[in-house]
Amino acid sequence: MNTKHVIKGRVWKYGDNVNTDVIFPGKYTYTVSDPAEMPKYALEDLDPNFAENVQTNDIIVAGTNWGCGSSREQAVTCLKESGLGALVAKSFARIYYRNCLNAALPVLISPEAVDDIQDGEIIEIRLEKGEIHCKAGIFTFPPLPETVMEIFEAGGLIPYTRQRLQS
Amino acid sequence: MGQTFAEKILAKKAGVKEVHPGEIVEVKPDVALSHDNSAAIYEIFKRMGGKEVYNPGMHAIFLDHAAPAPTTKHAENHRTIRQFVRNQGIPHFYDVGRGICHQVLVEEGLALPGELVLGSDSHTPHAGVMGAFGAGIGRSEMASIWALGTLWLRVPESLKIVVKGQLKEGVTSKDLALHVIGDLGADGALYMSVEWHGDGIDALNLAERAVLPNMTAEMGAKNSYVSPNQKVFDYLEGRARRPYEPILPDPDAQYATVKEYEAATVEPMIACPHTVDNVKPLSQVAGTHIDQAFIGTCTNGRLEDLAMASKVLFDRRLAQGTRLIIIPASSQIYKEALMAGYIEIFLNAGAVVESPGCGPCMGNHMGVPAVNEVTISSANRNFRGRMGTKESEIYLANPAVVAASAVAGEIIHPKDLL
Ligand code: SF4
Repeated sequence: MNTKHVIKGRVWKYGDNVNTDVIFPGKYTYTVSDPAEMPKYALEDLDPNFAENVQTNDIIVAGTNWGCGSSREQAVTCLKESGLGALVAKSFARIYYRNCLNAALPVLISPEAVDDIQDGEIIEIRLEKGEIHCKAGIFTFPPLPETVMEIFEAGGLIPYTRQRLQS
Repeated sequence: MGQTFAEKILAKKAGVKEVHPGEIVEVKPDVALSHDNSAAIYEIFKRMGGKEVYNPGMHAIFLDHAAPAPTTKHAENHRTIRQFVRNQGIPHFYDVGRGICHQVLVEEGLALPGELVLGSDSHTPHAGVMGAFGAGIGRSEMASIWALGTLWLRVPESLKIVVKGQLKEGVTSKDLALHVIGDLGADGALYMSVEWHGDGIDALNLAERAVLPNMTAEMGAKNSYVSPNQKVFDYLEGRARRPYEPILPDPDAQYATVKEYEAATVEPMIACPHTVDNVKPLSQVAGTHIDQAFIGTCTNGRLEDLAMASKVLFDRRLAQGTRLIIIPASSQIYKEALMAGYIEIFLNAGAVVESPGCGPCMGNHMGVPAVNEVTISSANRNFRGRMGTKESEIYLANPAVVAASAVAGEIIHPKDLL
């Protein structure tokens, strides 16, 4: 298996209806425009520990409607830039979900897995197989189709489209 | 097992036998809709290395959000779009004055049963009134469609709303939409495909029906669908730009949720500041002072809405200190309203009638409120700051209630006018 499609990291677990204001506070939307600076403010109003301790390939596991509220893309960029490997939730706000996949940040919907995964544990996501391996067992999700995998590999929708146009 | 509308149409557009909720498919839209934001999309398109748009005939571009241009910057934005349209040979282009994208798409016979409409506008689900699958997408996504002709979509779960019986006299589909949104909440249909069923929906005329998919965007829905009936087919006679094949859900389709409503129990409703799901019966907010009233938008700016307003305004004058802005949703509606004598009634009442487009709906021009002013509007959104200033309040209602409130200077039902 292509190891690029295996994400292994520590779980940061959160609840329902986490909105884009607490993921990336509105007061920074016009003052912080450099993506590299955004991780400092990630989840500032939800979990002050996150920005300081998040490691590459860590995984957020959340309840329903993660990313509701405004359509601001910074709420995705700040997590992507912090090295986050993936998000698993019971459901996502529609625009947030699309923004993630177009930014090449894997988002998985698996209500059963969310219930059984504990905060702080190490889990492994196998994107191509559609599996989440955690302490409680193995959960499956429909494997991401080729198109989305290609967007991931290209690094997002804009480079992906550029590549496809060129070929 | 039976399939929902969303499952059937997405399978067809992806060219596969069947699809299931949660799956991601790559689809080719029949129509790609964009408006004043086309200039920004063009910038992204260039960054993607785009030179020629994929299949120019598939795109429909409208200048409606700030049209005619209120500032030089807007005018330059429009000019960029006109040049782009000319260079690319895009046939479906509707310049300043033609009207609001969602309405004009229907009038021009470009929103058709069984077709897929993707639009860089959050009210693209409106196309569901014709039995199409309409969904809003982002600007980069639209640029990608311009470049490649396709986009990925997640197959949504479906919510079936069944409306039984008839609405009472003086109650409109706007009240029904607000009633449902108040009940289910702003995330009540999150990422779902909403289907409107039942004899209560079948009985509505097309203008009334259009309000339902239009407003379903306010419950977080991806798309919203009304089964096309004979009224739709008659309307499309001689209007449809190409042959179409309606897609109907199977009777035994599996829905994530089913909700039932009795039409006769729906009262006149008002969405109060600052969220669309903050809905109250009109009786609870009657008497609220208003400074400005606005009838128009893709939600309630059609001929039938203007007819309703003209009945209320006939032989009446606006309350002193209250203004009423009326904007027909399209040039065709404007012409019909003129011939029907509605425009004269509006002017006699003291209202302002402006050229077709979005107007002040999202705070661009043609009647934005002052700080601390209160507006009652026939639009679909009342978010804080939506009409231009954060320090103002917006109430949403049906057009007859908006007209009556302009006459009374406070929120009132037409039947309670002196
Ligand atoms: S009328 Fe308002 S809601 Fe409709 S498309 Fe225009 S800005 Fe959007």
